[in-house]
Amino acid sequence: MATDSNYYVPEESRLPVLAAMALGLMALGAGLLLNDGGNSILLVGAALLVVVMYIWFRTVIRENMAGMNSDQLKRSYVWGMSWFIFSEVMFFAVFFGALFYIRTLALPWLGGEGDKSDMIHLVWPEFTAQWPLMETPAQAAGSNEFVGPDQNLSFPGWDKLMGWLPLWNTIVLLTSSVTCHFAHHAMKHDDRKKFNIWLGVTVALGIIFLVLQYEEYHHAYTKMGLTLESGIYGSTFFMLTGFHGFHVTMGTFMLLIQLIRGLKGHFSSDDQFGFEASSWYWHFVDVVWVGLFLFVYVLA
Amino acid sequence: MAHGPAKGIGRWLFATNHKDIGTMYLWFSFAMFLLGGTFAMIIRAELFAPGMQLVKPEFFNQMTTMHGLVMVFGAIMPSFVGLANWMIPLQIGAPDMALPRMNNLSFWILPFGFALLASTLFMEGGAPNFGWTFYAPLSTTYAPDTVNFFIFGVHIIGASSIMGSINIIATVLNLRAPGMTMMKLPLFVWTWLITAFLLVAVMPVLAGVVTMMLMDINFGTSFFDAAGGGDPVLFQHIFWFFGHPEVYIIILPAFGVVSAIIPTFSRKPLFGYSSMVYATSAIAFLSFIVWAHHMFTTGMPIAGELYFMYATMLIAVPTGVKVFNWITTMFRGSLSFETPMLFAIAFVILFTFGGFTGLMLAVAPADIQYHDSYFVVGHFHYVMVAGAVFSMTAGIYYWLPKWCGKMYDETMGKLQFWIAFIGFNIAFIPQHFLGLAGMPRRYADYALQFSDWNMVSSIGAFMYGAAQLLFLYNVIRTIVAGEPTSEEKTWEGAEGLEWTLPTPAPFHTFSTPPEVK
Ligand code: HEM
Ligand SMILES: [Cu+2]
Repeated sequence: MATDSNYYVPEESRLPVLAAMALGLMALGAGLLLNDGGNSILLVGAALLVVVMYIWFRTVIRENMAGMNSDQLKRSYVWGMSWFIFSEVMFFAVFFGALFYIRTLALPWLGGEGDKSDMIHLVWPEFTAQWPLMETPAQAAGSNEFVGPDQNLSFPGWDKLMGWLPLWNTIVLLTSSVTCHFAHHAMKHDDRKKFNIWLGVTVALGIIFLVLQYEEYHHAYTKMGLTLESGIYGSTFFMLTGFHGFHVTMGTFMLLIQLIRGLKGHFSSDDQFGFEASSWYWHFVDVVWVGLFLFVYVLA
Repeated sequence: MAHGPAKGIGRWLFATNHKDIGTMYLWFSFAMFLLGGTFAMIIRAELFAPGMQLVKPEFFNQMTTMHGLVMVFGAIMPSFVGLANWMIPLQIGAPDMALPRMNNLSFWILPFGFALLASTLFMEGGAPNFGWTFYAPLSTTYAPDTVNFFIFGVHIIGASSIMGSINIIATVLNLRAPGMTMMKLPLFVWTWLITAFLLVAVMPVLAGVVTMMLMDINFGTSFFDAAGGGDPVLFQHIFWFFGHPEVYIIILPAFGVVSAIIPTFSRKPLFGYSSMVYATSAIAFLSFIVWAHHMFTTGMPIAGELYFMYATMLIAVPTGVKVFNWITTMFRGSLSFETPMLFAIAFVILFTFGGFTGLMLAVAPADIQYHDSYFVVGHFHYVMVAGAVFSMTAGIYYWLPKWCGKMYDETMGKLQFWIAFIGFNIAFIPQHFLGLAGMPRRYADYALQFSDWNMVSSIGAFMYGAAQLLFLYNVIRTIVAGEPTSEEKTWEGAEGLEWTLPTPAPFHTFSTPPEVK
């Protein structure tokens, strides 16, 4: 409940309408790019967005450093970030939901289970359901519209465990969550040096994860015949890990910014929201990974 | 901070004031309402008589699609966000919205998004033509090229909705005046809080499903293609997991408006306040677990059909609680029938009617007959037009004097009400008959036996359309030349913080929070 009577309503600002324009340009540009090929509108929009975001965050940070933010406004930022993360949770939920639906219902039905089996056998007579899906219904019917992968990235057996990249990715990301927590703990005791070290380690681990993930993708595309086009296994695999990887990239970038701010001495035990918000995001990305590790890699 | 609004166009472009942003939302949504309305008039003109008269079938499909999209995402949703912007700070005693700059961003995305969507009408291949529900593979394998603009448009419009909702949640949870406990919140605030939660939960789902479309169309994935192991039915599940909560996103704020108006003109407090709060929460919860009632004919295991049938029927219980409370509020009240009240009463009656046809549709075996017929079109126009739009109209008449310090013309308001009310029913009651008789929806032509009712329906639709022009005129006339009023309480039966403020509401209000006892 409100206790502060000096609530700060910001002056008019040019930033939001420019950000909206940037998003509009990006949407237009992306559409043009896909329809007509090469087009610079997308880039212009993206560049504008980056500039606006930079100024916007700088403004917010300056306002905070100038002591303009009441406790109430700080709480608003906390709510804002929390609900943003919740919306991200729902975004991932869609792709996980699609994976579960395909694996437990749609594929078995395609393979002839359930009470519509007679009809399905007419359409896809040769198809057998399996997960990971190595042979698509199209392939079974003799077409090469969608060609399944040669290999998949599921659990390879205990003997090959040590060379299994997803396991190392899991270790890296889980460790980074712990180091991120250490950084937080350090700042709570105003130990800036420790904070910077632990946060630096976290950022480094984030980058290592991304490199490993790139390795995995490269391997999948060049060695395993596993691509976006290789049927529903490839679709779900790349969309889930791809969006996760994108979020790790964002999270790493956010933490990097916080590291720079940390080095500049922006934070103290009672004022470190920029870092805290980024760290919540980081933990969230981590939890998503645990889900991915279980449902995309292990239980396959 | 005692400054007034900035001068010139900058006041609107760079606004951080919740009232200015609310005003922009309201005008924008009205413009979209007229645009979507124009599409509807084209549809009804073509369907006035059997045979093809005015437009080509391909264009007809674009009209039904764009009508639905523009009305849902451009007219109804932003109009209630506009109302939220104006009224939530006034009703909880807050100086503004919690995150004023993000508020401006949420608004300004919309004109860009809808300009993009509307521009597809002029592009090669034409606008989206796969229905507002854009089922795959119609929207993937068989879509016009412009589908990519549609997808990116939905992305940014969705981002706008999410930011708007986060703002509303933060405002309600964090900016209430001292003493304004949760169970003292006006119902409009409560219903919006729950709506905002629904939005944050399901707009990402919409973003996810259009992203899958994007990948299927352009990058060779096979989410919705059985040849690659995917399933077009998956599209419907995800879409309706968004889509059913979406219809409650549309109607819950409307419930809130009506719950403010009926007590005022009954001169009695709202009956069963806390049961209203719980009923709204129950509806929101149920709205997540009933989605496949849109898919009874798609094919599901029998257990699924039964589950979704019974779960859907359960929604009638909390909805019934609400209708009961509105009627009981009026019971033995000292009623008067100003324009907002007329619209609110019409809302209660017609929305209940739409709820009943919804129950009919929820009966799975019966729905196999009704599905994709004009009966469904009748059903959802009773809940969306006589529900959401009537309530919105009521809300505008109700709060307009507070906003601009001028009184609208009561006679003209009542005239508009009766034209809208009669026109609406003439337009949509016959659609139920048509549907039961077997006329499918989304076709440009029909068999001869459907001629008479279609003609009647079109006449009603034109009447309803005309009433909107009268509405526009009445609102502009009020703002320009309405009778000035400075009474704090425009309506003597009105309760709530917004009525303690001067009229018209000054640019900055509640800079110091009021004490709520
Ligand atoms: C008691 C409450 C309700 C019940 C039981 C109900 C039930 C249903 C059912 C079963 C359908 C599917 C019909 C079919 O396609 O065969 C349907 C369609 C629809 N309902 Fe409702 N409904 C209710 C309230 C509402 C409300 C409040 C709204 C919006 C404000 C709404 C909007 C719609 C829309 C837009 C469609 C059609 C979607 C489409 O296919 O384009 N309904 N309803
Ligand atoms: Cu529904």
